Amino acid sequence: MSELTLTLLRLAFLVGLWLFVLFTVLALRRDLRAPREARPARLDLSGPEPERVRQPKPVKAPKQPKKSKNTVGTALLVEEGPLAGTVILLGTEQVTIGRAPDSTLIADDDYVSSRHARIYPSEGVWMVEDLGSTNGTWLDRSRITSPAVLNPGVPVRIGRTVVKLQA
Amino acid sequence: MTMTERGFRPAVRFTQPTRRWLELFLIACGWGLGVLGTLQVGWTTGEPLGRRFWITAVVVGALAVIAHLVVRWRIPYADPFLLPVATTLTIIGLVMIYRLDVAAIQSAERRNQIPPTPDVYAQLTWYAIATMLFFAVVLVVRDHRRLQRYTYTCGLFGILLLILPLLPVIGSTVNGATLWVRVGSFSFQPGEAAKILLTIFFAGYLVMTRDSLAVVRTKFLGIGLPRARDLGPIFVAWVVSLAVLIFQKDLGTSLLFFGLFVTMLFIATQRRVWLGLGAVLFAVGALGSYFAFSHVRVRVQIWIDPFSFAQDQGYQIVQGLYGFANGGLFGTGLGNGYPQLVPFANTDFIVSALGEELGLTGLFAIVLLYGVLIERGLRTAVAVRDPFGQLLAAGLSITMALQVFVIIGGVTRLIPLTGLTTPFLSYGGSSLVANWIIVGLLMVMSHRARQPVAVQHSEPDALTQVVPITRGK
Repeated sequence: MSELTLTLLRLAFLVGLWLFVLFTVLALRRDLRAPREARPARLDLSGPEPERVRQPKPVKAPKQPKKSKNTVGTALLVEEGPLAGTVILLGTEQVTIGRAPDSTLIADDDYVSSRHARIYPSEGVWMVEDLGSTNGTWLDRSRITSPAVLNPGVPVRIGRTVVKLQA
Repeated sequence: MTMTERGFRPAVRFTQPTRRWLELFLIACGWGLGVLGTLQVGWTTGEPLGRRFWITAVVVGALAVIAHLVVRWRIPYADPFLLPVATTLTIIGLVMIYRLDVAAIQSAERRNQIPPTPDVYAQLTWYAIATMLFFAVVLVVRDHRRLQRYTYTCGLFGILLLILPLLPVIGSTVNGATLWVRVGSFSFQPGEAAKILLTIFFAGYLVMTRDSLAVVRTKFLGIGLPRARDLGPIFVAWVVSLAVLIFQKDLGTSLLFFGLFVTMLFIATQRRVWLGLGAVLFAVGALGSYFAFSHVRVRVQIWIDPFSFAQDQGYQIVQGLYGFANGGLFGTGLGNGYPQLVPFANTDFIVSALGEELGLTGLFAIVLLYGVLIERGLRTAVAVRDPFGQLLAAGLSITMALQVFVIIGGVTRLIPLTGLTTPFLSYGGSSLVANWIIVGLLMVMSHRARQPVAVQHSEPDALTQVVPITRGK
């Protein structure tokens, strides 16, 4: 092997190593643009409704819930409390919040009951319901006593945890 | 199902990008890099590569692809960066170990001695075992929350493993540090396994106690101090670390455990006072052991002035520094330097071997790969939905970060040298296996964190484990 070939090989390995780092970092950048890893990649319409809700886009303030047949809101964002920063992608199933280990969101907090509240989809909107908790579930400023419509951007306070629905 | 009773029809199904193809692509890049490096070693040193090389390359590739397929099958939403980066680091380690083998064989031939058995095949076997254990973690653990039930069991076994090398028959001292257990011809470092078990224990324990640990009672000089009775755990961790330092003469492990505990305490309570307290305790311990123990004093003196010990205790680090100097900015090229002149070049000093042959440029790329690995781990900690998982993911990433910092810092003379293995790169089974288990745990956690809720509930058998409710309240 000539000296030149070896020098080229030597540089090729370094370039290869840096290309690997570069690929990784470029791919990582996508995470920075959608920081919470919360954006669904695509929307599979398996149900009968053909229309689709345009995804994320900045919050367009609480909309009339009955506008569309599809459920408004794509993710629950934990804004305060021990799990602040967590995002739960919403699908078609309910989200339970409580201290019980099988809850979707396990709030490790003395002010939260075992099964505190649930957030579930109903006729195109997300509803929040208190499950008989000790300290109550607060929608904006008022304690809820019956299932209430959860609009995007309205804070739900459960113990020290505050969650918000993302549009 | 309450949902169907309410007449709700599933209309929209969300799919999270799994980015598994990216993972496969990156794995392929890492494998190609390994092949290129090994070919370069062969051509430069004139050592024939032969069939053995291609078998090795195929085995490594197969292991990586099977790992990828298992991830696709069981934890499709797991983080797509952890596996390829860990695989690439392991492959770079294999290339360097092979390169050092070649050096050893050639120098033995020149002196007409029997060539030593190459280490690279042993390391390859360990990589296979590590991959199997990675599968075991992915298939068996599945839900990290189950680990929380074994908090105290893990703590107990972790401590037992830590003191195991001190036991008379099986413990053995290598190069002055008692951190090996030898049963027959088989030896391992229990400290590596203890690292994982203790992280699980710290996470479980801190989840239970963090509320009381976060209480600030006494104010002293404007700093809010925790209550006196809450200081217990940090003192226990401190005493245990000191005991490891005194009895096993293992500076690295001691530093690792104390650092891990203090950082996790800080993450759990979000009180900076714990960091301050940890720093004070560390300073007291470090100064105390500097004056009390000669082995610590010698390490510090070598660190401050290695060249006056160049022929005896400082030989290793001085040779390592010469290696870095010889490598310069772009390195000598694989197979072209003299990394074999450094004692233990394939374990503690693999970084200096890489620094010599790949140069500063190559070393930075490797450090960046560690950075990516740790960032993904911490990101998993942010995304996980339960407090135990958060602490566990953060703790595991921090163990890795601390270890990388302590060993690379030691070899480059930023801090006094302590014997720790370089994760994934170093020759040695215990370390490789332990680090792959960490990757497995992080990937299981990130799968659960990134998995959309809908999928989680609609396929209860396949993807989730229903944790039985322990009636606490």
